[in-house]
Amino acid sequence: MSTSTTLETPSTGTWDGGNEPLKASYGKLMMWFFLLSDAFTFGAFLIVYGLSRHKHLPYTGEPEAFTFSTQWWPIPEKVFNAFPGFHGVDLPLAFVALMTMILILSSVTMVLAVEAGHRMDKNDVQKWLLWTILFGATFLGCQAWEWAHFITGTEEGMMLADGTRIIGANLTVNQYGPPLFADLFFFITGFHGTHVFSGVILLIIIFLNTVYGTYQKRGHYEMVEKVGLYWHFVDLVWVFVFTFFYLI
Amino acid sequence: MSSTDISINEDVHHAHEEHDHHHDQNFFEKYIFSQDHKTIGKQFLITGIFWAFVGGFLSILFRLQLGWPEATFTFLEPILGGWIENGKLNPEFYLALVTMHGTIMVFFVLTAGLSGTFFNFLIPLQIGARDMASGFMNMLSYWFFFLASVILFTSLFLETGPAAGGWTVYPPLSALPEALAGSGSGMTLWLIAMALFIVSQLLGGVNYITTVINLRTKGMSMTKMPLTIWAFFLTAILGLLAFPVLFSAALLLIFDRSFGTSFFLSDIYIGGQALAHSGGSPILFQHLFWFLGHPEVYIVIMPAFGIVSEVITTNSRKPIFGYRAMIGSLMGIALLSFVVWAHHMFVSGMNPFLGSVFMFLTLIIAVPSAVKVFNWLATLWRANIRFTSAMMFAIGFVSLFISGGLTGIILGNSSLDIQLHDTYFVVAHFHLVMGAAAFFGMFCGVYHWFPKMFGRMMDEKLGFVHFWLTFVSVYLVFMPMHYLGIAGFPRRYYTWTGFEAFNVFTDMNTFISIAAILGFSAQFIFLFNFVYSIFKGRRATANPWHANTLEWTTPVLPGHGNWPGEIPAVYRWPYDYSKPGAAEDFIPQTVPFSETQSSNLPQEKDFE
Ligand code: HEM
Ligand SMILES: [Cu+2]
Repeated sequence: MSTSTTLETPSTGTWDGGNEPLKASYGKLMMWFFLLSDAFTFGAFLIVYGLSRHKHLPYTGEPEAFTFSTQWWPIPEKVFNAFPGFHGVDLPLAFVALMTMILILSSVTMVLAVEAGHRMDKNDVQKWLLWTILFGATFLGCQAWEWAHFITGTEEGMMLADGTRIIGANLTVNQYGPPLFADLFFFITGFHGTHVFSGVILLIIIFLNTVYGTYQKRGHYEMVEKVGLYWHFVDLVWVFVFTFFYLI
Repeated sequence: MSSTDISINEDVHHAHEEHDHHHDQNFFEKYIFSQDHKTIGKQFLITGIFWAFVGGFLSILFRLQLGWPEATFTFLEPILGGWIENGKLNPEFYLALVTMHGTIMVFFVLTAGLSGTFFNFLIPLQIGARDMASGFMNMLSYWFFFLASVILFTSLFLETGPAAGGWTVYPPLSALPEALAGSGSGMTLWLIAMALFIVSQLLGGVNYITTVINLRTKGMSMTKMPLTIWAFFLTAILGLLAFPVLFSAALLLIFDRSFGTSFFLSDIYIGGQALAHSGGSPILFQHLFWFLGHPEVYIVIMPAFGIVSEVITTNSRKPIFGYRAMIGSLMGIALLSFVVWAHHMFVSGMNPFLGSVFMFLTLIIAVPSAVKVFNWLATLWRANIRFTSAMMFAIGFVSLFISGGLTGIILGNSSLDIQLHDTYFVVAHFHLVMGAAAFFGMFCGVYHWFPKMFGRMMDEKLGFVHFWLTFVSVYLVFMPMHYLGIAGFPRRYYTWTGFEAFNVFTDMNTFISIAAILGFSAQFIFLFNFVYSIFKGRRATANPWHANTLEWTTPVLPGHGNWPGEIPAVYRWPYDYSKPGAAEDFIPQTVPFSETQSSNLPQEKDFE
């Protein structure tokens, strides 16, 4: 029988153990699996949105004649049409488009930070992380304005049958339409905003670590990559939130 | 950030060969905030056993009420305080008992207790790893569970009582404090405990999955893994995808309860007064809940599948029948479990056509389930069975799973379910197929791996007594419930003597309660055996069951890092039992084919 030394060694294929079959460290795998599960959390919220909206009547009249009413789900363009500094001007979805742009830009700078990490270029990592933090924080600022505007409401508000007016919105009353519209708006954009906020905190931590040279000493910038995965995920979720709330 | 800092060094588990001469850990590092997977596994086990006794005790309380509806239980007054008035159980407390029993058993015992114990203990040992991918996150996972436990336990002592709307916490019952005393702070604590519990599950889940993917030892390909690991791996994936949806539902419910939103509430009148909530849908909650809930029942049972497969083949001294079919059926069950949830909602006013779609998908699950059952039976067929305590429980598991699975097929028919929904027939179904069966899987695992956990053997005679008493009383309790259910006897009713039709069942209910008390008492035999054997049991040898898997190649009490020397490599699948021509009736996974030339099969000659 054969007596060569190979007979004592186990097989060494991709999935044969003793290696990383997906070419990813376990830290990165963990991040991927966490994001997968987080996607299900958001998925559930968006399904709740879809079904709640389906349960309410749509507005069927002329768009020009649209008024806010608890009878129908509002047209997003009529709700989100304000822009800071342009009081009273009808700019449908302009502000949220700007917010989306900012968030997408932050994803670009994040890619650049990760790429700089691969080159072990500490200065570039710092620079691009700083930009990402800046864009992320700006997005949060915009969201704060958007919320404040939504809460304050418009002068006209919504006229009720008994002649009273509702102005602004909170979790129980809502001038723009059925209360659920506001509930879902606050809940889902709030949940997303919490994710962005956590992302900014993470970015600040890895920025400081980069400045102190922790990753340079360690020999790789994998931490930046992991936070990058998270950040892209949060951006991607925004695209869905945006589509659901503002476009359809 | 410390978790991520240490996590970078991926080859720490393979490279650090000499783990034994590192610094001495103090008591806290070793037993309390331990990051060693074996200690964490034991922590889960002991917490799980504690919860199992609490949950069991609660069920005895409500069985007393059901079995002797006219009796007065003054002797319970010292324990139950205000919940019992003149020897009569408070009706709302009865509901709280059922709710807490369900929550504790499903989540805290059969999810955390079962998965937490065996995933942590066995994954690194059976795949050949020094520890979990991230010991720190693993530790966090236990402590989140512990915190959830403390909060849920505290809720038992609230003046208004713990949550009482059923373990499924359907709104509006659970959403409005006006609905039930338990829907006040009891429900709030329930939701907080559950949120923490989910965090614990997710921390554990990502750890289990990545450990199986990245830390298998050399040669341990996916198709050389023991079926335990396959079952654990797929269960972890199910948990990772299903629990976040419960998390979403819980968050929305918290908002409805505390912040005035109306996600699940609409058109509710209390005392003629309309509530402000409008536009929401309670059915939506049911969908979200059961999207988790159905996979959850498989999260409970799949680890038991794995444990039982392993124990059956080891003690049959035969290779498992249909190894790949076992993996395939696990995958099939895992996949299908996500598309059948609405079979819990057939009578929720769902469109009958949709009901028939879910009925069809539900009945398909019977196919992979049957594959598993046939493979176990085929493995047992004409085997040299060694009737160890673990083996008894494994065989008992198969029996219970068959009995309970058959009634599942009946319930899965939407037209039959109209009659049977919310009756004791459902209670009988899921207690056999899930409750009792998963408990049997857990006992099976404890008896089998006890020598590896504590270096001593459990007493086999006591194990036998424990098995037979438990096995008999489980059937005595749940078989009669089928008849009650067919007669329309509803579940979750505090009192049924007011209904003329049900009075004939008084004797049957008393009988069930007596059997339940017998079964519960038998568990103290286990408890005694468990505690006694930890300290005084017969000392175990390194491989007492003559098993093939890697954990039995470690020292009797493996230290931190599991193997003192290098991690062994793996050459063969784990089921080479009674191979013709082999010197012994088992060949461990670490034996290369070159050393077993007399027993190699023709296709294995290439590996020599
Ligand atoms: C052949 C496979 C199975 C089928 C077709 C099936 C079908 C069903 C159906 C239709 C119901 C709903 C009954 C009702 O509420 O009216 C049900 C309830 C239940 N099943 Fe199964 N089942 C199967 C296997 C299992 C397994 C393997 C488990 C757990 C390991 C399980 C656990 C449960 C639980 C916990 C409930 C009750 C939930 C509750 O309402 O509290 N089932 N089953
Ligand atoms: Cu189900």
